[in-house]
Amino acid sequence: MPDPRERFWRPRRSRRPWGGLLTAGVILVGAVGLAALAAPLLAPQDPNEQVDPAVAHDRPPGTVLAAVHLADGSWRLAERVVRTPAGLAIERLGRRETLAAGEVRNLTATGVADRRRFLLGSDRFGRDVLSRVLYGARVSLAVGCLAVLLAATLGVAVGSAAALGGPFVDALLMRTVDALLAFPWLFLLILLTALFRPTGWLVILFIGGTTWMGVSRLARAEILSLRQREFILAARSIGQRPLAILWHHLLPNAITPILVQSTLLLGNLILFEAALSFLGLGIGPPTPSWGNMISEGADVIATSWWVATFPGAALAVTVIAVNLLGEGLRDRLDPRTRTP
Amino acid sequence: MSRFLLRRSAAALLLLLLVLTVTFFLVHLAPGDPLGQAEDAHVTAAQKAHLKEIYGLDRPLPVQYLAWLQAVVLHGDWGISFVDQRSVATMIAEALGPTLLLALAALAVQYGLGLLLGVAAARRPGTTADHLIRLVSLLVYSQPLFWLGLMAILLFSLTFPILPASHMRSVGAADLQTLPRLADLGRHLLLPALVLGLHGAAGTARFVRGSLLEILNKEYVTTARAKGLSERRVVWVHGVRNALLPLIQVFALSLSGLLSGALVTEVVFSWPGLGRLTFDAVLDRDYPVVLATTALSAVLVVAGNLLADLLQGWADPRLRDA
Repeated sequence: MPDPRERFWRPRRSRRPWGGLLTAGVILVGAVGLAALAAPLLAPQDPNEQVDPAVAHDRPPGTVLAAVHLADGSWRLAERVVRTPAGLAIERLGRRETLAAGEVRNLTATGVADRRRFLLGSDRFGRDVLSRVLYGARVSLAVGCLAVLLAATLGVAVGSAAALGGPFVDALLMRTVDALLAFPWLFLLILLTALFRPTGWLVILFIGGTTWMGVSRLARAEILSLRQREFILAARSIGQRPLAILWHHLLPNAITPILVQSTLLLGNLILFEAALSFLGLGIGPPTPSWGNMISEGADVIATSWWVATFPGAALAVTVIAVNLLGEGLRDRLDPRTRTP
Repeated sequence: MSRFLLRRSAAALLLLLLVLTVTFFLVHLAPGDPLGQAEDAHVTAAQKAHLKEIYGLDRPLPVQYLAWLQAVVLHGDWGISFVDQRSVATMIAEALGPTLLLALAALAVQYGLGLLLGVAAARRPGTTADHLIRLVSLLVYSQPLFWLGLMAILLFSLTFPILPASHMRSVGAADLQTLPRLADLGRHLLLPALVLGLHGAAGTARFVRGSLLEILNKEYVTTARAKGLSERRVVWVHGVRNALLPLIQVFALSLSGLLSGALVTEVVFSWPGLGRLTFDAVLDRDYPVVLATTALSAVLVVAGNLLADLLQGWADPRLRDA
């Protein structure tokens, strides 16, 4: 028998660890979103910059190379630099070279002033994996969010039309949804993207345009059940127009489950975009997306494990965060699925 | 019942025809053509035209469509692959075995493990075990399948080289005795099947937990407990059997997803199945192969839907007379 006084100062949270996970989801999603927005500030380098790839390529995580700024404006990377009376002795791929003091722009008393840090290693073009992972977050989140937005909008539009448009429209739309759900979409989407090679906006259109059916069923069911309620009857009886009722009364009340389902859909769509890019069908190189980075890393997994591992880990953390958010929201907002 | 079956079959055939027609025109209207690959100095325009004539690609699209449909429907002739110059039916038949093997092994893991974990979680809702199972399954479920496969290769084939990373057989395995040959096959199967199966098991466990929890709150379960049945019988007979209904639906509807899920896995593990075949064929614009594998996936969807209805009738006597 719980002590009634306990509830006053110890809220229900203690008996619902998923509330804590909701918090974790919010924080993680926020962190990933911030990292994506602030990628230009956070990234140590330009994600597509190839500085001295002959030396910089396939470096393991944590590599620090000295960056020598030459008089002709180019940069050269070196494993070791030693200041000599005449100028600079540098070691590149184990080979020693000497440079005269006049040739080097960023000369200091002990060596050179600049360093290139590859915190998560570099790929085969000498690009910084960390910078690419950060910029990849932009692609994954943008494609995922816009595709979900499209799917949710389409789904709500079709669902509302079916619920309010009368029996004929309802039957027509819902049979269409049934038929569309019976299509092997995942397979056809791979087919479509492989055939038409969509870029950017078209990828979003393809993904969002083929995943809205679940939302439409949910929206229809919610609106149908809300329509029986008295406050809708009241709104109708004072002569509000159907569209106004939909916009002001039905949708605001139906939005919660739709929001939860859209959040869970977002996780799937982010994964799906990555899978398409992995197969070479989504966002293509050189634009860094987590999927195409993993694809590039798969080719060199035996020698440079970090190229595929880090973007994949970022992808996994993002999707976990989004799913925690979705599950947590559902637990909190929908009392039927609340963990006892 | 027979009228129901008849109607369902007609709808299924219509859907098949629709998928095939849409795919046919999509494939042919898409940019790029099967001869695009041979665009080098050695192939003259005249040779290209000749090749197009041989494959019938010079005719108007509707004519090509009708000819293709006629060959498929009347003669069951799926044509010749543009790339391999082999019968498409043979290529599909060769790739079907590996895909079925992989899919069945993965399904066994997915439903075996998923059911056990889901039931274990739902029996003790709110306990540490429940939260742990929910959390772990959410973590696994959120992983990208292809990355999971790569990490498995990294861990078990490269860092600790105990399992082969790709393909279905070792070089020279054909010369082995039956038993060592099967063992070789099993070693190759283990990694892709486990990755695919464990990933699926996470989703299944979540689903089973949800539907079983709902069932265990029903009054007939309370009745079963009240009349003194053992907890095991209550859960497994009165609970799980009812929770299986939605699971069967999901299983049957996911049959087609198997092909696309296997596609990614097959690409990662170089598994010589239908997924890889489709993937390569799409990239090569090998129209006959693409159309045949699409048809197969559409058949899987339709069969899955029919199977769902039949299995539900079998599992739930209440639905039989409906």
